[in-house]
Amino acid sequence: MMKLFRFRGGVHPEGRKEATTHKPIQVMPMPKRLYIPVQQHIGAPAEPQVAIGDSVLKGQLLAHSQGAVSAPIHAPTSGCIVDISDYPAPHPSGLPVRTVVLESDGLDQWVDSPVVPLDPYNLSTDEIAVRVGAAGIVGMGGATFPAAVKLKLGKRSKIDTLLINGGECEPYLTCDDRLMQEKPEAIIEGARVMMRAIQANQTFLVVEDNKPAAIAALKKACERAADIKVVVVPSRYPMGSEKHMIKTVTGKEVPAGGLGADVGVLVHNMGTAYAVQHAVKLGRPLISRVVTVGGGAVSQPQNVEVPVGALLSDVIEFCGGLTEMPARIIMGGPMMGQVIPYLQVPVVKGTSGIIALTADEINQQTTMPCIRCGRCVEACPCGLLPLQMAAQARAGNLDNVVDLGLLDCVACGCCSYVCPSHIPLVQYFNYAKGELTARQQAKHKSQENKRLVEQKNERLERARLAREEAAARRKAEAEAKKRAAELEKARKQAEKAAESA
Amino acid sequence: MNTIVNPLVSGPHTHAAISVPMVMRQVIYAILPALIFGVVIFGWPSLWLILISVATALATEALALYLFNKPIKPFLNDGSVVLTGLLIAMTLPPWAPWWIAVIGVSFAVLIGKHLFGGLGQNVFNPAMLARVMLLVAFPLELTTWINPTPLFTEGAPSLLESLAITFGGVIPADAYTGATPLGHLKTELTLNHTVSEVLSTYSYWDSLLGWTGGSLGEMSAILLLLGGIYLLIRRIITWHIPVSILATSFLLATIFNLISPDRYADGLFHMLNGGAILVAFFIATDPVTAPSTPRGQILFGVGIGIIEYVVRTWGSFPEGVGFAVLLMNAITPLIDHYVRPRIYGRTRTGKPLEVNRQG
Repeated sequence: MMKLFRFRGGVHPEGRKEATTHKPIQVMPMPKRLYIPVQQHIGAPAEPQVAIGDSVLKGQLLAHSQGAVSAPIHAPTSGCIVDISDYPAPHPSGLPVRTVVLESDGLDQWVDSPVVPLDPYNLSTDEIAVRVGAAGIVGMGGATFPAAVKLKLGKRSKIDTLLINGGECEPYLTCDDRLMQEKPEAIIEGARVMMRAIQANQTFLVVEDNKPAAIAALKKACERAADIKVVVVPSRYPMGSEKHMIKTVTGKEVPAGGLGADVGVLVHNMGTAYAVQHAVKLGRPLISRVVTVGGGAVSQPQNVEVPVGALLSDVIEFCGGLTEMPARIIMGGPMMGQVIPYLQVPVVKGTSGIIALTADEINQQTTMPCIRCGRCVEACPCGLLPLQMAAQARAGNLDNVVDLGLLDCVACGCCSYVCPSHIPLVQYFNYAKGELTARQQAKHKSQENKRLVEQKNERLERARLAREEAAARRKAEAEAKKRAAELEKARKQAEKAAESA
Repeated sequence: MNTIVNPLVSGPHTHAAISVPMVMRQVIYAILPALIFGVVIFGWPSLWLILISVATALATEALALYLFNKPIKPFLNDGSVVLTGLLIAMTLPPWAPWWIAVIGVSFAVLIGKHLFGGLGQNVFNPAMLARVMLLVAFPLELTTWINPTPLFTEGAPSLLESLAITFGGVIPADAYTGATPLGHLKTELTLNHTVSEVLSTYSYWDSLLGWTGGSLGEMSAILLLLGGIYLLIRRIITWHIPVSILATSFLLATIFNLISPDRYADGLFHMLNGGAILVAFFIATDPVTAPSTPRGQILFGVGIGIIEYVVRTWGSFPEGVGFAVLLMNAITPLIDHYVRPRIYGRTRTGKPLEVNRQG
């Protein structure tokens, strides 16, 4: 048994995973239309490579990655591009993003991929990262950080340990759980490929102790591997947070503002490992994912393999529809997931769950004043003082909120979850973070303005100097001319005088 | 099905089964046994006192909410003001006249709570503020202790007699009155008696069970302890404050008792008598007026334990726990400012941990 470490704080939300953990993953039939946003990752949006009217094949590139932190996007099925314009994004704002609309031709025909399957054991570390990047793989746990960028971190820091995150500490979610139960070999193969890319010498598959079937399946699959081990960790939210998982397994703390790589550890999600295996060994881009459909308002909760771009309404219909009007629909888990304002938004690479919650499940009551009970302080896994931060945010003292550690907050929601006064603490912090960004942008803008004004003044000054110089020159020239004329005149007079003399 | 929810809601989208009324209710359950015990051994006058306190609390709260233009229903229903009323009643002499309860409770609610801004804003514990104000303003009424005269026993005041006691201000006959163990010890020590002489007839069992004179609700150490343990199990309070208060005063008392057993009573005597246990579990743990970090709470508890012992031993009052709580309440903002948890990934001083980056 491996020695584990404990992170401070954390909560034990009711798991509510029973509804889906025993049901096999179902593959959803291809919907008629897919709505594929060009931004499904942190970083710059991808640039569309197709035009309206184009026919595409399954796996064909739809949009190129742009910049260092980005990921390309591929066609989830074969068909015709019927539109490229702005559609509502799966985001609380419901603001539109550029979206490629693909109408399926029903053939689901694969592209003759130039990306051939490769033997992962004969690949160089760079080749692996390139292949993973080309497959458009992003962190499947919800953070959607491009996986290839992380795999290149081995060049910057010495990484000795790879953690594959199977914590899945959010209530309801079982998509990783089911993957581990059904595809343990593929996950381990993916982990091995990533381990090779970063040249780590050990890998831990980290699973919370509330998933006995997944633990058994993984253990069986890596029986003969000496350098890959299953680590069973206690179920405590937010175990799936990268920093807290690193602390639990290795005892190391990631420095504030740093990355896991700074302490020699890299964390990838179970689903990411599975996608990497698909990309490297089979040459398949990331075009579908397993999504947990759950919550009290869903008639048949289950895990579904969904093509990227399928609308939530299609997925919920596949699960028998809704039994009642949900109080909230969440994309992701109920602790950190985002509210979706309507069902006509697509599943994206980072969608781990579609959870339709009833009012009872939310259990939100009237907000009361803070009674300073300190439960939030006790629950905060980052060692912050949520009650003080919220009070300062409320008073508009943004600097004080930052001093209290706003930027160390991972928005896990433990504080709000335990608050007896039902104060939406995370909302205050999100607000403060938003204000901070706005302020920095404003500052940046004002600096930019100042620079432009200075440049303009300089330009004007230069122009004025030039004008003055020109005027002076003209004056000097005129004077010189005048003098020359006078001289000439004098000379002529002198000549005349001499002639007459 | 189109727009269903307010999209601006941040997570988490689920909540632990806990709320302010629930917390208050649990504390009320926890003090109920000791409260009922108080009524049983002190008779009807103590019941009237409790009812008057709660009624005054509700009425004053409603008035204050009305005056400060706040929603009345949710706050009146949150249970906090009922708890304040009950706690004040517990700290009063069981046969105190009705106006003591009315003045004390309305002072606590109006001045102690609403003048600071209402629930969660007050700096001082309202119950202790009221108790200390009453002690200073009405010393006679606040130190008229009676011996246990259980309901329905011979000599216990009847319903009618008890009305006269509570509402008529009829001072109880000498036969009923007596001193509390702490008060008795204090007076006798000033007459140059030794502790062992004073306590020759004292029984620890009586204090543990609650068979002595004292405030309405502080009598039965065992029932209060059980209530406190209930709160600990239900996670309404944490161990930090009660344990640090009781351990500090116990330790101090034990040390001085070892140095000079004739002049200083022992630790167990200090723990079982007066308001020590009531305050440690139910009053000092009031979240609003206590520090919000575990380490801060320990500091707070140690402070209360020290002041309590100092006042009891060298001060001019036999009991000092009320002063101790108020003094430490005043220091709480300071404690909260300086005692903070260490932030993940940072040192205690707030600097990021070292990074070992290659190249």
